[in-house]
Amino acid sequence: MLVEISEQPIDVWPRLASYEDEHPELAGQHGASVVFAGRMRDFNEDETVRQMQLEHYPGMSEKFLEDIVQRAMDEWSLMDALVLHRVGKINPSDTIVVVVVWSAHRAHAYAANQFIMEALKSEAPFWKKETLDDGQTRWVEKNTPGTV
Amino acid sequence: MSIEVKFFASLRERVGKPSDSIDANGVTTVLEVWQQTVGEPSLDPHILAAVNMEYVSADHAVCDGDEVAFFPPVTGG
Repeated sequence: MLVEISEQPIDVWPRLASYEDEHPELAGQHGASVVFAGRMRDFNEDETVRQMQLEHYPGMSEKFLEDIVQRAMDEWSLMDALVLHRVGKINPSDTIVVVVVWSAHRAHAYAANQFIMEALKSEAPFWKKETLDDGQTRWVEKNTPGTV
Repeated sequence: MSIEVKFFASLRERVGKPSDSIDANGVTTVLEVWQQTVGEPSLDPHILAAVNMEYVSADHAVCDGDEVAFFPPVTGG
């Protein structure tokens, strides 16, 4: 399991490839890997969003992400999990969050990935502040629902 | 004998400080930490509180050396 919070941009596919290279035990053993990548939209609540500042509670955010991943590993049959979360200045289309899980079978991988993402959205102490097209800033007060 | 207090995001801007430190003597609950650091009698139910990085309610007990944090609903991911 790896949980990482960083101001550095996340280049999803090369990062995923290097993680799998570093974990040869996954090769040939997992039948399913589910990758969720959350990107920054350039709109929110009918306004154009130019940039975003992502703040977190250092220490508690890492602890909660690790707790959430551990709960997923206790509930479903997972071989490994990776959670990357960006903080600091973020531009539209940048990757904000990546959740990857590896399992022998897809049902566990799908369910665990969604659980981790929804728990992260509701429990992990991160906050978004948007800069709108006119330069005004506003805090995001709530996340959009994770179900259709 | 002190309790470290942290404020985050919009709440940090509203109270005008990122952190505070108060004397632990006579302070027994999270609500009393809020009253002493922010000067408001009640804690709005939408504000989240944590003691030593675990979510707690306003009546949770605090003691010397604790880290108490207050923040708005989370919006990560």
